[in-house]
Amino acid sequence: MDILVCILLFSGLFFLTAGSIGILRFPDFYSRLHPAGKLDTLGTLLALLGLALFNLQHFSLGALLTSLKIMLIIIFVFVASPTATHAIVDAGVRAGLAPWTKGEKRR
Amino acid sequence: MDNIFLYSSLYLAFLMVLSLYRAIVGPSVLDRMIGVNAIGSKTTVMLILIGLLYQRVDMFVDICLAYAMLNFIAVLAASRYFHKRKGLSDEI
Amino acid sequence: MHTNEEKNLHHNQPEPAQTARSPLCFFPLLITFIMMFGLWLLLSGKFDPFHLSLGVISCALVAFLSSDLLFPSPILKGKLTVFLRWLCYLPWLTIELFKANLHVAYLVFHPRMMDLIDPRIIKFKSTLDSELGLVTFANSITLTPGTITVNVSLDGDFKVHAIDRASGDPLPGEMEIKIAKVFRKV
Repeated sequence: MDILVCILLFSGLFFLTAGSIGILRFPDFYSRLHPAGKLDTLGTLLALLGLALFNLQHFSLGALLTSLKIMLIIIFVFVASPTATHAIVDAGVRAGLAPWTKGEKRR
Repeated sequence: MDNIFLYSSLYLAFLMVLSLYRAIVGPSVLDRMIGVNAIGSKTTVMLILIGLLYQRVDMFVDICLAYAMLNFIAVLAASRYFHKRKGLSDEI
Repeated sequence: MHTNEEKNLHHNQPEPAQTARSPLCFFPLLITFIMMFGLWLLLSGKFDPFHLSLGVISCALVAFLSSDLLFPSPILKGKLTVFLRWLCYLPWLTIELFKANLHVAYLVFHPRMMDLIDPRIIKFKSTLDSELGLVTFANSITLTPGTITVNVSLDGDFKVHAIDRASGDPLPGEMEIKIAKVFRKV
């Protein structure tokens, strides 16, 4: 059980790492949204799933309720993260930011 | 297991510093917003880890849920606020 | 009794929706109430009569005030099957999410990342007609390989930002077919 929790937690941390580095490395605002919107969602999802499993080890009613609440957070992140990404991209389009294309200097 | 959680949360703090670079330096306001959003989604995981370290998950999970919602609403409100700002791209 | 029925009939003729109201307007209320009460039980975690009765009162009040928001029309026929099919769609979406994330993570850690990416904006028209289908499609696009929805109109005009050539080409493709299958008319 501990091994499964560790695998889930570390894969979540891996995706969160990729998200942070992607935000630093990508050349412009639109392409930075790709790691911010996707990698952070999956990283949060996997890490929280692992922690919910760990919480269920000493089974009791309180632990079950806490794990269900963590699942609620996962569902919320799963729905809210694409919406937040879309809100940011919409603000960028309305402000008139042009997407970066190949060959330009990075911003 | 406690040690793993401790070092994972320290590592998450390091990742938050990396995102903070984008939040401080980012050429436009929206880049800063991406950085802040990334910090928020890492905080969600970190709060649960802190709860497990202190043996008080039942309390910290509520804080975490409220924080996730607050982060989402903050991003929505900020992006609405910057809708009609022209010249966003020129700001340094 | 007879007069009452006659009056009802007479009253119903100008507004056909009124006939469906008496038995059917109860169901949205009930479903909203059950969802609210489940959430209450989950978040409070106390099962003594005092807290349960408080929950029943507040959930009934909220359900009475806002059940119209969740179910705009009182017609529930087919909603359940759509919901079940939507649940069956989720595992496929999760697998796609994994593939997408591995692809983006590969791009992020690649040393010559600037040569690999080729961002551009794609426009296409979707054949989906229901609003919920469009929202699901837009969120799924944002979650899957290298693409982010920039703009959606009610008619189904999509603007999508793709990070490289390979991820933008297969749109709309398989995902739209799957979602159209979920939201098809019963």
